[in-house]
Amino acid sequence: MGTGNFWLYLLVMFGVTYLIRVLPFVAFHRKIENKYVRSFLAYIPYTVLGAMTFPAVLYATGSMVAAAAGVAAAFAAAYRGKGLFTVAVCASAVAFAAGLIL
Amino acid sequence: MEQFLQGIKDGSPIGIGYFSVSFTFGLAAVSSGLNWWESLLVSMMNLTSAGQFAGITVMAAAGSYLELAVSQFVINLRYALMSISLSQKVDSQFGAGKKLFLGFANTDEIFAVAMSREGEVGSRYFGGLAVLPYLGWTLGTLAGAVCGNILPRQVSDALGLAIYGMFIAIIVPAMKKDSRILKMVLLAVALSCALYYIPVFQHISEGFAIIICAVAASAAGALLFPMEEGE
Repeated sequence: MGTGNFWLYLLVMFGVTYLIRVLPFVAFHRKIENKYVRSFLAYIPYTVLGAMTFPAVLYATGSMVAAAAGVAAAFAAAYRGKGLFTVAVCASAVAFAAGLIL
Repeated sequence: MEQFLQGIKDGSPIGIGYFSVSFTFGLAAVSSGLNWWESLLVSMMNLTSAGQFAGITVMAAAGSYLELAVSQFVINLRYALMSISLSQKVDSQFGAGKKLFLGFANTDEIFAVAMSREGEVGSRYFGGLAVLPYLGWTLGTLAGAVCGNILPRQVSDALGLAIYGMFIAIIVPAMKKDSRILKMVLLAVALSCALYYIPVFQHISEGFAIIICAVAASAAGALLFPMEEGE
């Protein structure tokens, strides 16, 4: 930790993160009628997660091969309809095993 | 009450997943110089993975408050888009007071699970959905901060993949069900890789890159394949 004040850092982080989530949530209280705007918002969860996952996931562990193995396992599990936790465990377990072998 | 319990049930896998992800956060926070209760407070008051990891990096470097604010703003701006999406999904009983309180819990995963629910989302369900992820996130941070250094390196490395596993678990079923979503996710991924690997774009921060890709792909989706009412 450097010379900055922890409490001020904490306050700044909290303030920005809280307002960015809550202000839009409170401000929009009527249904948006426009078909294009609604479609845009419907695509958002998936495009955000897609962009967050690739290519960052390949660099999330020490080895790109282990990460790729974990991703492949996650896709296989998710495709078979497994839940969030199972898929996350598959990804970590396979990446761990691949890391040991390599 | 039934809605609340259903929310708790649907939130339990997120809670367990968060425990493992925040464990790595607690580990990283302590090794960057925070003590255990500072790490815990950061998690209790922010409930966001990427933003917190960026935050402790700025703190460790004794960066300015402005730098910290800008990094949080950029990385977390996607939540503004999600909150607008969520505002369209909640029922009319979900008033401003509840939004001020529960809106805090609008994370990537809680948002995605709430959005994939049939029909409207009530405050009881959303509140229930947030309980275990919040507990998992804070307790995982505490555990990682206090005893993270006893874990072998290979284990903590592998845990770094858990959050992406959760992302994949959310997007794959949607891509399987709807080819329009499949196409737009592939577009977002292609753009994200382009921004990452093409040298001209490499100065764009991670937070901005996510927003650019998600906005471009969603806008393309809205124009090419608009969804009809009730979909």
